[in-house]
Amino acid sequence: MRTSECDIVVVGVGGQGVILISNVIGKAALKSGLPVRGAETHGMAQRGGSVLNHLRLGCEYGPLVPAGGADILLALEPAEALRYAHYLSREGVALVNTHQVLPATVTTGKARYPPLDEILAPLRKICKEVKAFDATELAATAGNLQTMNVVMLGALSRYVPLQEETLIEALSESIKTKFIEVNRRAFELGKKEIDAK
Amino acid sequence: MKEYLLGNAAIARGILEAGAGVVTGYPGTPASEIVESVAPFAKKRNLHVEWSVNEKVALEVASGASWAGTRAAATMKHVGLNVAADPFMTLAYTGVSGGLVVIVSDDPFCHSSQNEQDTRRYAQFANIPCLDPADPQEAKDMCVYAFELSEALDLPVLLRPTTRVSHARADVELGGLKERRSNPEFVKDPAKWVMLPAHARPRHTELLKKQERIKAALADVPWNPFVLRGELGVITSGISGLYTEEAIKQLDADISVLRIGTFPPPEELCSEFLQHICTVLVIEELEPVLEEYVERLARLHNPDLSILGKMSGHIPREGEFDSLLVRNAIAQMLDLPQEEVPVLKEADEILPSRPPALCPGCSHRATYYAMRKAFSKDAIFPSDIGCYTLAVRMGTIDTCLCMGASITVASGIRFGGEERDICCSIGDSTFLHAGLPGLLNAAYNKARITVAILDNSTTAMTGHQPHPGTGFTVTGEETSMASINAIARALGADFVEMVDSYDVNGAIETFTRAKKFPGLSVVIAKQSCMITARRAGVRRRPFVVNTENCTGCKKCVQFGCPAIEFEGDSARINALCSGCGVCAQICENKAIEVVE
Repeated sequence: MRTSECDIVVVGVGGQGVILISNVIGKAALKSGLPVRGAETHGMAQRGGSVLNHLRLGCEYGPLVPAGGADILLALEPAEALRYAHYLSREGVALVNTHQVLPATVTTGKARYPPLDEILAPLRKICKEVKAFDATELAATAGNLQTMNVVMLGALSRYVPLQEETLIEALSESIKTKFIEVNRRAFELGKKEIDAK
Repeated sequence: MKEYLLGNAAIARGILEAGAGVVTGYPGTPASEIVESVAPFAKKRNLHVEWSVNEKVALEVASGASWAGTRAAATMKHVGLNVAADPFMTLAYTGVSGGLVVIVSDDPFCHSSQNEQDTRRYAQFANIPCLDPADPQEAKDMCVYAFELSEALDLPVLLRPTTRVSHARADVELGGLKERRSNPEFVKDPAKWVMLPAHARPRHTELLKKQERIKAALADVPWNPFVLRGELGVITSGISGLYTEEAIKQLDADISVLRIGTFPPPEELCSEFLQHICTVLVIEELEPVLEEYVERLARLHNPDLSILGKMSGHIPREGEFDSLLVRNAIAQMLDLPQEEVPVLKEADEILPSRPPALCPGCSHRATYYAMRKAFSKDAIFPSDIGCYTLAVRMGTIDTCLCMGASITVASGIRFGGEERDICCSIGDSTFLHAGLPGLLNAAYNKARITVAILDNSTTAMTGHQPHPGTGFTVTGEETSMASINAIARALGADFVEMVDSYDVNGAIETFTRAKKFPGLSVVIAKQSCMITARRAGVRRRPFVVNTENCTGCKKCVQFGCPAIEFEGDSARINALCSGCGVCAQICENKAIEVVE
């Protein structure tokens, strides 16, 4: 018996804007009249650590998505996608930005960063669908690398029970006016990427 | 009107809806955002909001405000209550005037703490009520109620959210804001406010008599709902109630549920519930506080009741829960198969770890580099709590116990007979919080140690809050600026010198002289936190590796800055470089240059 309309885990590296888009989705859910619950990791933004946010749309229970319960894994970084892949349900969908961010354990030569196919292979085996693309490059096309998270938000819009206009409205309320245009472009590019596949 | 609010922001809203006049606290995850969410309203709502020097100060200041007739709240993380425990325990005797709410955020699983202690034990210890919210809405509503309860009982009241309430977000229904009380007044009453033994004894008697009034007051609150169904029952505390409701719905189970949101739990309600069932599973995070109540009540009202919980091994006594863990515990009670927790072993096998690290350009990395060069890795490095603790991989963090313990543990290691060099390290905010007594003790009792005070002019780890050394208050007003240099001298240290963390040779030279000093030496390594500098508009030219000069020795890579990589046979500086220039000083081949 479902206790939530849509369970999402949003993952990435501190500083990529995981909290910002989690909040945009949450606000959009509120605007749509859905009860919504979220849980965040604080303090990792400047320290480049691993970030995991939970988001439950149409839910009135606890904010944590249990392992194996996520309908969607929204991953702003590929290694983080695999690190948290166990949250996905068998019918779940993974949306993955393929642009890697090397952790200090790799840049100082203490660990190896696996190639993309080694990361995506196990991911493809445990869920229904994986859409992987370079959202950072799309953000560059939009005009600002910082909008990568919004590219991913655009991709997500194709999978959540929320209206696109509501998401854009919530997004516009969460960022400075001068950045709205470039973010709308980023959103569109993310959306189109899913439609094209 | 609903808003999508962070739990701590919802609590802040509750403080405003209750018409509080004073809000205090010390930064600490997961409580920091409460004061930060109230601060913007300080002027408009005529509130005094402050970051206090430490939690004991925060609680005492809030007490003073309460005793003057003004509603007040003191906020802190769970270990902060340890610091505030002295006033906390005796406040139960003195009582309050304006409502006093102590808001303490617990951290099950120690996401960002040295331990995962259970604040409900403090409520039992002090004999005062504790409210345990399950979500941001309850946190807000309980906060408003806590002030009323405090005044009705003449007791401080504990509000105890946990990480998954404080840092959760939910749609929250807002109430109206209330003005703070006008005409505050401190009414003299030595029998109540002066805890001499002759006054304390009758106040203790009074406190014990109040326990019945506490039970009566909590009997009718809306946060202890129960549903009677089958003979198997679950009793839960706080957020575990939500996990339980979800699990029961998913299992479609015929289980009676009693959710407890207030401590002490309502005896009549519990007894009625316990008499209806034959087996109970008690689900709560951390300590078996509720379980112990249930055992006691069962002995009186249903001695044949089978009690499952931590004692029986059905529920863990450590870490945090989620709906899957709770679902499995309930399935076990129902003799249903438990679900395996999904785990992807490939992830652990091939992925590099990504722990939080010191930022590119962090002054602490530079300071520790110099410290280690001067003292050598054979020295002992007691340390403390802050961003700098992340330097544990640099080999310069040998201990971390609690706020301020760096200096005192260092002294103790020396007095205990350790002969090697000892250099402890402590941040500026930590030093002002709890380091002053330790440094005074080290001077007074003659500890031959070196104390490195890492002064980056902020309280960084918890979100860059100001402190008395920064010259600004939480509301951004200018104020007096404490001089750590002058303090160290005034406390009795004979060797006190300052260095710029980014001046590697200067720092090594000063640390070397401090090491040789036959007494207590203090080195203040001063350099702005890289993030605060950037936010203030400071822009430094980045650096680049001259691959012709680079010999591939990897000294810069070992420095550990996230901006330094190694590609092919030479080092490479990536886009994260903040321009601190420390790696250029470390390089022995003049292979790192500033980009002109």
